[in-house]
Amino acid sequence: MKFPIYLDNNATTCMDPRVLDAMLPYFTEIYGNAASRNHDFGWQAEAAVESARETIAASIGADPKEIVFTSGATESDNLALKGVAEMYRSKGDHIITVTTEHKAVIDTCKALERSGFRATYLPVDSEGFIDLDRLREAITDQTILVSVMHGNNEIGTIQDIAAIGALCREKGVLFHTDATQTVGKIPFNVDDLNVDLASFTAHKIYGPKGVGALYVRKRKPRVRLVAQMDGGGHERNMRSGTLNVPGIVGFGKALELAVAEMAQDDAHCRSLRDQLWKSLQGPLDELYINGPDPLQHPGKRLPGNLNVSFAFVEGEAMMMGIKNIAVSSGSACTSASLEPSYVLKALGVGEDLAHTSIRFGLGRFTTQEEIDYTLDDVTKAVVKLREMSPLYEMAKMGIDLKSVEWAHH
Amino acid sequence: MAYSEKVIDHYNNPRNVGTLDISDETVGTGLVGAPECGDVMRLQLKINPETGVIEDAKFKTFGCGSAIASSSYATELIKGKTIEDAQNIKNTQIVSELNLPPVKIHCSVLAEDAIKAAIDDFRKKQAQKNASEEVSA
Repeated sequence: MKFPIYLDNNATTCMDPRVLDAMLPYFTEIYGNAASRNHDFGWQAEAAVESARETIAASIGADPKEIVFTSGATESDNLALKGVAEMYRSKGDHIITVTTEHKAVIDTCKALERSGFRATYLPVDSEGFIDLDRLREAITDQTILVSVMHGNNEIGTIQDIAAIGALCREKGVLFHTDATQTVGKIPFNVDDLNVDLASFTAHKIYGPKGVGALYVRKRKPRVRLVAQMDGGGHERNMRSGTLNVPGIVGFGKALELAVAEMAQDDAHCRSLRDQLWKSLQGPLDELYINGPDPLQHPGKRLPGNLNVSFAFVEGEAMMMGIKNIAVSSGSACTSASLEPSYVLKALGVGEDLAHTSIRFGLGRFTTQEEIDYTLDDVTKAVVKLREMSPLYEMAKMGIDLKSVEWAHH
Repeated sequence: MAYSEKVIDHYNNPRNVGTLDISDETVGTGLVGAPECGDVMRLQLKINPETGVIEDAKFKTFGCGSAIASSSYATELIKGKTIEDAQNIKNTQIVSELNLPPVKIHCSVLAEDAIKAAIDDFRKKQAQKNASEEVSA
């Protein structure tokens, strides 16, 4: 077994060697600019880009002309929201999104609010789902766009995008989804899901970093965008900038593999994840799952994602105790802002429990051996840290921690 | 963020983890911080009422590695000291010993607060004891 063990696949993934092989010629041999229309270098680069575009489009049930290449999902989210807002400003000034969205969507909405738009941030229930009726009530004649992420990066919640999309269509409002965690992982078809715009990226599906895409529906309805970058008018005038040819080739290969091997990857990640969650609950008490419980609702959670609060054990201390395992935490101590995860807060998870959360992200390359090691190492760390935790001792003595008057500082 | 070797050492081999009898009149308990803030320290000192010397110190901490290390080091620092000397311990001593980065200074402040709270608790207990002795006498 190689250390450290990588269990942070919701952050990024290891590139599949088959993807790297596909990319390599485009660095040193076929290095032309895909926009160079007058020599072989350019034609070959363009052919490679168009082939990747076709693969990617086919993977999500789209037309190649509906794919805009970007630098990643953050740019795609920005382009979708700002591009739609600017284009349809005369139609309305209202956008609806959700409190648990990625910062790329939340902060883009905040930026739009500063430039005069209005935004509604829908709450979620304790598992991270929005209420369709609340969405219906929130839509007004001024609403131009609804943006709801497909799979949540922290808590794994898979929203009912098809129903949300259907509601938006009924109301005549455009619908964008941040599908960064789902495209290539679970079935994603723009028509089945009633999606008008979708953001996704290569590096979450064993492809390279720095390349993503925005799906922009061309028919029924035709979605139009104001470009957010001025320049040579690439990507049908929606995103200027020389195309990242090796990255796009890698993206195409990565998605092709992800779709071809989806059933296998899904079963692999799901079984190891479920095993980890089930086995942790054997030796340890006071564990709380954040997001839908995969053992009860297997279809409602991303296959490789597990987010658990280990009550009375602070997340950063826990990560120090399992230093051979790379995970992430919703604890404030691990974030630059010193605030615990806003996603957990939105679920109604108390800040005390938010500080104890650990996210495990399993992937294609995670092995049984690694999960066995993780189970053992995490259990040891939790036992050790709880022995050291005054809160665990108090709770075991039957003291209600909520009734204690804490000296907040 | 990389931890200093001393933080790692205290985290891996914490000194004086444990619990003293909270009902003992010679034991002062300081409980500082809050679960919502991500750190709670409990420091307990067994103090000789005659000499004012801290004879034993135990801690339990819920918090990050730096919080655990700060409280572990604090117990080492104050064992054998008189109350007066212990009261003068400043968080900066803990910061420099453990090489805490700026974002972790609050851990050392918490440890200083825990020492003061434990001593206060001891003094309160002693005052109550003396008062009740006077009444019974």
